[in-house]
Amino acid sequence: MSTTLFQSSAPAPSTLSIAPPAHPPTAIATASTYAGRTVRQYIRTPQLLVVNAATSIMFLLIFRYVFGGAIATGPIPYANFLIPALAATSGLFASGIVGVAEDAESGFFDRLRSLPVPRGAVMVGRSLADTVVILWGTFVTIVVGFAVGFRPQGGLGGSLAALGLWGIYAIALSWLHIFLGVFAGRAQAAQGLSFAVFPLIFVSSAYVPVESMPGWMQPFANNQPITMMIGAVRSLVIGGNSTELLGHSTSYFVIRALAWSAAIAVVFGVLATRRFKKR
Amino acid sequence: MNSPPRQALDIDPDEPIIRATGVTRSFGDVHALAGIDLVAQRGQVTALLGPNGAGKTTFVKAVATLLEPDGGELLVGGVDVRRDPQRVRRLIGLAGQSAAVEPALTGRENLVMVARLFGHRPPEAKAAADAVLDEIGLSDDGDRYVKDYSGGMRRRLDLGASLVGSPRLLLLDEPTTGLDPRTRLELWASIRALVQGGTDVLLTTQYLEEADQLADHVVIIDHGRVIATGTPTELKAQAGQDVIEVRVRNEDDLDAVGSLLAPLGTEAPRVDVPARRATVPVVNGTDRLGDMIRLAAEHDIALDDIGVRRPTLDEVFLALTGVPQ
Repeated sequence: MSTTLFQSSAPAPSTLSIAPPAHPPTAIATASTYAGRTVRQYIRTPQLLVVNAATSIMFLLIFRYVFGGAIATGPIPYANFLIPALAATSGLFASGIVGVAEDAESGFFDRLRSLPVPRGAVMVGRSLADTVVILWGTFVTIVVGFAVGFRPQGGLGGSLAALGLWGIYAIALSWLHIFLGVFAGRAQAAQGLSFAVFPLIFVSSAYVPVESMPGWMQPFANNQPITMMIGAVRSLVIGGNSTELLGHSTSYFVIRALAWSAAIAVVFGVLATRRFKKR
Repeated sequence: MNSPPRQALDIDPDEPIIRATGVTRSFGDVHALAGIDLVAQRGQVTALLGPNGAGKTTFVKAVATLLEPDGGELLVGGVDVRRDPQRVRRLIGLAGQSAAVEPALTGRENLVMVARLFGHRPPEAKAAADAVLDEIGLSDDGDRYVKDYSGGMRRRLDLGASLVGSPRLLLLDEPTTGLDPRTRLELWASIRALVQGGTDVLLTTQYLEEADQLADHVVIIDHGRVIATGTPTELKAQAGQDVIEVRVRNEDDLDAVGSLLAPLGTEAPRVDVPARRATVPVVNGTDRLGDMIRLAAEHDIALDDIGVRRPTLDEVFLALTGVPQ
């Protein structure tokens, strides 16, 4: 091993015998390092995953068995009406917001900002990890859903397409988490903000048909992004004629769901990244 | 294996590690930095000393590229933090006020993670983590979860995390705040070891003793401005004056001693009731000491101790800022 030492009047950089890295980290190294750390953090803090799963299961069971009997969903079995919606919104119950705020509060973000990492890649890494965590909630919901009577009727194609959409929703909603977490900045404030998304979940077609809501509420409930996202997966798994059963065709819902998902990811991604970069 | 291409990291050898000229930064109406001028030389520990809200943390954040100065010029090894922050980040390691280590990871995993984010490839990141664990004395605890670490171990690990990229400049923001005295001594030892290896250090502290113990060069700041600079010895000389210190046997005599000292001193005496002690800065210390002994005898005041001594940094600070620490 031949070495040509650079001679200068400056003192040695450190007591460490390790030379400083020749290059700053790549975007991929940055994103995968942060994502890996965050996923490990979740796995090794089982209460986080358990609380996540328990919240999903609790809502599922309450609506399936307590309210479900009183909610008329016409020819669609209530389990088939409810489970796709819950799987689509599991991202709104996950604890990502608090996790992001904790990283801001603990000084971890300050350390990241002091490192020669590509800034955008940090946020992408966080999104990857939160997507995995959201999909865990989706997975639990679907598994428990099968136990309480959920039976997809849309064929293999419909089911696979729904799986793809759930994945896309998880990515999009992870950016909402990151945005809210970065702006909250403190875990406690983030905890409060987690409830800010509740109107979006409840004033949607998730639990009850929109027609049962008061007239003034229906335009919002019918057109808001969560309803579109739910409508798309629901129409894919219930089978039958979507326009007859849900009021719009499958493609109507899917196109709008994809557009909303992209808009959510881009808008919140850009806002969160700009905030993270701000000096 | 090739020698690492040092070119990217090479900095002008004639430039100090930090050169700040009229650096300002405001938050709304608050002028956190109101024109800081300072130079931190290579091969030194520079301490920023000041009370809470003096602007110490804001300055460190500006050097660490977390905050952009509004005005003035701030160079790290000749590299402008506003124009080329990404290059500055390759020169620095930051340990902030809170130990930003991940409790759910082991000590080693924490260090490997930060080493990767400094730009090390996985094998070098592992080697750097091992070397740092050794250096900060945590080799035996490297595979334990950080959630089981003591506060002092977390601080040491945080210090280590700022080192895994072999930075030229280490930034330590109040490294020992909140630590018990023994842990503080341990951390001081770690910092001293680093300095002997040649890492340049900028640290902030509220503790005069800490600056006295660790720093070659002390910069006292208050209200976002530099109010004094020098070695600890120079600063003590700058405040200049001898101090007469009197300890009375009976607490009841303390007020009387205070009023006897007042005409001898150049400032109002400071009285410390629990310690039964009064101090006053004086000119011609030995003469005034004789005066005080005579006055005490005339007034039948029993003394446990009396002496003349050089000022502590505490008193220097008080003289310069007018605010007790």
